[in-house]
Amino acid sequence: MDTSQILVTLGGVGLAGFVVWYFFFGKRQTTTATLTDSGVQEVAVTVKGGYSPDVIEVVKDKPVRLKFYRDETSSCSEELVFGDFSIRRELPAFETTVINILPTKTGTFEFTCGMNMLRGKLVVR
Amino acid sequence: MTTNQEHATATLEITGMHCASCAAFVEDALSQTRGVKRAAVNLASEKATVEFLPSVVNVAHLATAVENAGYGARQLKHDENHAAQAEATEARKLAEYTALKRRFGVAAAFAAVIMPLSMTMLVPSAEHFIHQTIGMQALNFILLALTLPVLLYSGREFYISAYNTFLHRTANMDTLIAIGTGAAFAYSVVATVMPALFEQHGIRAEVYYDTTATIIALILLGKVLEARAKGQTSAAIKKLIGLQAKTARVLVGGEEREIPIEEVHVDNVVVVRPGEKIATDGEILEGTSSVDESMLTGESLPVEKTSGGAVFGGTVNKTGRFTFRATKVGADTALAQIVRLVEEAQGSKAPIQRLADKISSVFVPTVVVISILTFVVWFNVMPADTRLPFALVNFVSVLIIACPCALGLATPTAIMVGTGKGAEHGILIRNAESLEKAHQITVVVVDKTGTITKGEPMVTDFVLLDSAMNTTMTREAAIQYAASLEHHSEHPLASAIVDYAAAQKVDAAFTVHDFLAVEGKGATGVVAGVNVIIGNTKLMEQQNITMNAQATSAAVQLLAEAKTTMFVAVKGAIVAVIGVADTVRDTSREAVQAMQARGIEVVMLTGDNRQTAEAIAAQVGIKRIFSDVLPQDKTNIVKQLQSEGKTVAMVGDGINDAPALAQADVGIAIGAGTDIAMEAASVTLMRSDVRDVVRAIDLSRRTMANIKQNLFFAFVYNVLGIPLAAGLLYPFTGWLLSPMIAAAAMAMSSVSVLTNALRLKTVKI
Repeated sequence: MDTSQILVTLGGVGLAGFVVWYFFFGKRQTTTATLTDSGVQEVAVTVKGGYSPDVIEVVKDKPVRLKFYRDETSSCSEELVFGDFSIRRELPAFETTVINILPTKTGTFEFTCGMNMLRGKLVVR
Repeated sequence: MTTNQEHATATLEITGMHCASCAAFVEDALSQTRGVKRAAVNLASEKATVEFLPSVVNVAHLATAVENAGYGARQLKHDENHAAQAEATEARKLAEYTALKRRFGVAAAFAAVIMPLSMTMLVPSAEHFIHQTIGMQALNFILLALTLPVLLYSGREFYISAYNTFLHRTANMDTLIAIGTGAAFAYSVVATVMPALFEQHGIRAEVYYDTTATIIALILLGKVLEARAKGQTSAAIKKLIGLQAKTARVLVGGEEREIPIEEVHVDNVVVVRPGEKIATDGEILEGTSSVDESMLTGESLPVEKTSGGAVFGGTVNKTGRFTFRATKVGADTALAQIVRLVEEAQGSKAPIQRLADKISSVFVPTVVVISILTFVVWFNVMPADTRLPFALVNFVSVLIIACPCALGLATPTAIMVGTGKGAEHGILIRNAESLEKAHQITVVVVDKTGTITKGEPMVTDFVLLDSAMNTTMTREAAIQYAASLEHHSEHPLASAIVDYAAAQKVDAAFTVHDFLAVEGKGATGVVAGVNVIIGNTKLMEQQNITMNAQATSAAVQLLAEAKTTMFVAVKGAIVAVIGVADTVRDTSREAVQAMQARGIEVVMLTGDNRQTAEAIAAQVGIKRIFSDVLPQDKTNIVKQLQSEGKTVAMVGDGINDAPALAQADVGIAIGAGTDIAMEAASVTLMRSDVRDVVRAIDLSRRTMANIKQNLFFAFVYNVLGIPLAAGLLYPFTGWLLSPMIAAAAMAMSSVSVLTNALRLKTVKI
């Protein structure tokens, strides 16, 4: 092995390790929904290469209003799927799409893009 | 906006409200406006409903009043209007599609120039010519200049999206394309600007501009084809939404006025002319017609409608002119509910998708790791002068061939096409899970009454006894006496006799006095001055009517055929015996046979006695029956079959059978007509045709087979494609995958999955 091979090997393995750590063990951005005066739990979510925030905490049996603002044209985020609530909705670019949900049981419910690449969680307590 | 003579109602969308006091403020502002009778503001929906006098104030004034209070207002014209939303979505998609095509066009045009220029290196005479004239480095600069627009215009979105997803610690297909093309481009730029850097290590300074541009062009081509095919997967729901009428002709003060559909209110009287679409759900007030309801129910024959009959929005009036009273509008109509149900089904996830979901969630980072390791391995094993370009090419190929989209599209597209196809045939599937479950059904439990049979008793036999003939009573007279008396009764058996008389064209218009219904036994009365008694043996005994031998034998014969028997006595003597039975639907036998041919056991349950049940079962070919079943026992029977290890579908009317439908693995509500609010059912059949149960099962089987094909293809494609691109075969066969071929394969893989899912549209069910 010459020097460049050693460097490439070390660099490659290090980079692979970084990819695994960065994508699989990263910290998520969590937001707890704010309760409006009308009793609706509301959260604004920005969709741009992912969901910000991507973990949303709400309480059971109170209506939830999620306002998804899609801040990009990438087709990867054009659909939003809440499989547990039978919702598949198109998110027009640079517009806010409102999703209303009434969570009646506690648990963690995932929301994803149409192809399950971008992911977020709705945590019902 | 809705108007009548005195007032009008408008819905305004209010913006800028943050709290309940804001809502109260807007409400006050509206209420205090001159001409406003009532205003209600809903903070949650951000809407204000205002009732006002159009002669005093108009909508623009109302909006101004809200704006003066410091909020925004806009009249909502298309509240709950699917059609308008669909139109807007359609327009937006078309614009996106046009933009995508333009990006592809630019990439393809540049790639078409870059490609032959890059090829010059492969032709010795051309290479010689370049060396003699402008030199290799200058050509590389020209190629760089030609590739930049492809990258910065056509491929821009891939890089932006990859960057955005990276910030979110996620990765998608754009990440793979961005890294792949980015690496090839960056390498080429270094080779162009500083060729000496390579040459001093004995490596030829090769450029990959053609690879970069071609990959982007091919992937955009794939996206163009994908967008086109994707549009077709939702064609069924678009068709349903398109059924909604845009206007209605409403009677206001005796005058017909055409108004937008969203302004039609419950109790408005709507006029429908022949050939017109019915605007909303309602009840016919005046007129008769036949209506084509095929678009909602799948029933091809037009349905006759008379006053009091129900009509449904979206169906087409064929022959007569009629008026109807609107009973349901907007989101409450049958059409809107069907649209909602189909939308929900298309948004749900099938359990079969779970594995694909798990894989796709880790797919891209895993592929990135594989590509890095591919680079490292080739860099270590290849000779020093070729290892860098060799490692790079394989690194790029791995990134480009991997297709997470095919995995992501495999299940949802088939579900969308499958549920849409069902809706076109009056088969509404609640969710993807129900669709998946339905293909595993091993037993179908059917309720006899209303499913196998019509659920309406009909006179099957009218036996005129010899004793009647001796008294010169004709058959027609006997029917006339019986029907005239029964005309006064509300019992279903009495209706059967009246209907029979009508069918025989016998007028049942004798006058009746002293009519008396004897509960559980029959009826008595004086018909045209003569005593007439119709009823069972008990009534005959009670009335001291002597049973003659012929009557007894006729009754025994009818009972053996599982028919309900009634005797007709005129002037104290039995003259006829009537056999009444619930008749089997014409289609039941065919449906039962079709299910049995598919290896599905058909079980019938009924509240009737064993004899009747067996007679019906024999007619349609059902071998296993449960008779004397009380309504509350139906659930237990379903449980019993489930405990035998069977996957049970229960077919019932959805109202009386709700608990059993819910208990079954697949609850199928049949004959819902347009009343589709059936929460307990997994599948709702709009028609009362048992053959639709077979169609629903067939649809489920076809869809599941399609999903499995898609998933198999997507898995196999990636499982074979990635090692191939990594150069796994190179040591054995010397075979390598060009990144450009990888791009073509990748672009075609999602299109193949979509095309396969669209095949479901053409299958016959």
